[in-house]
Amino acid sequence: MHQEYTVVEGDFVNAGKASSSVKKTLKQLNVNPQVVKRVVVALYEAEVNAIAHAYGGKVSVDIDSDKIRMVVADKGPGIPDIALAMQEGYSTARPEVRDMGFGAGMGLPNMQKNVDKLNVTSEVGVGTTVEMEVNFNT
Amino acid sequence: MTLRDIVNSLDATVYLEGPGLERDVETAFASDLMSDVLTLKDTPVLVTGLCNIQTIRTCDMASLDVVVFVRNKKPTDDMLELAEENGMVVLGCQYSMFKTCGLLYQMGLKPLY
Ligand SMILES: Nc1ncnc2c1ncn2[C@@H]1O[C@H](COP(=O)(O)OP(=O)(O)OP(=O)(O)O)[C@@H](O)[C@H]1O
Ligand SMILES: [Mg+2]
Repeated sequence: MHQEYTVVEGDFVNAGKASSSVKKTLKQLNVNPQVVKRVVVALYEAEVNAIAHAYGGKVSVDIDSDKIRMVVADKGPGIPDIALAMQEGYSTARPEVRDMGFGAGMGLPNMQKNVDKLNVTSEVGVGTTVEMEVNFNT
Repeated sequence: MTLRDIVNSLDATVYLEGPGLERDVETAFASDLMSDVLTLKDTPVLVTGLCNIQTIRTCDMASLDVVVFVRNKKPTDDMLELAEENGMVVLGCQYSMFKTCGLLYQMGLKPLY
């Protein structure tokens, strides 16, 4: 099953729509609730990043019988040093982002903890792509 | 301790009672930082002063279904609509975060860490 969503820069009101819809689908498919939580937390973190740090982007989700693959691709400033960005506590979040309860530098490390495969690629001045995979039977 | 006990001890306003207030709860977590709430493995009662739509979304993603807003922060209609869709219990009280946590701790709610 393939699903696509658009996320818009600065649109915090709608941040989480994609994750929320994926949650409903996975519940209907009777995926283990613990696994569902891991999937949607990771996707939500990626969605919020595309809204907070980039100029919006696209979320695409592929659900198979045994796993889910999620790609969040944004147009944005990119990440100059991915290893640094992956460190807990590193954040360049603007004050508006902090006012929404985000910007602690915990998102990328949290994605890493929740998914079975994480791949972040980025080009400065172009954008960032976050690919994640979670297996259902773990 | 039931949600009803929490409402009584905090003199709380019940914005949404979800599936009911007779249910038992054991743990609570207090934070205004949604990034941190998203790292929780457990599903405690959330006590927070951050009152916006992302508070409700974060609860949805983290499978938390009880939130207490402190210091008279009133949830908006949009927030309540989303919370209701998710079957959440939404409470509010006038006390500070410190006092709210003190009262809940005294009643026997356990911390996660
Ligand atoms: N899509 C992106 N585009 C550009 N920069 C990004 C992107 N995602 C992350 N970053 C950079 O990496 C940093 C760390 O990201 P991470 O998600 O770990 O923390 P945060 O978003 O700052 O805070 P939190 O996730 O705790 O709310 C960000 O502050 C930002 O500098
Ligand atoms: Mg983040």
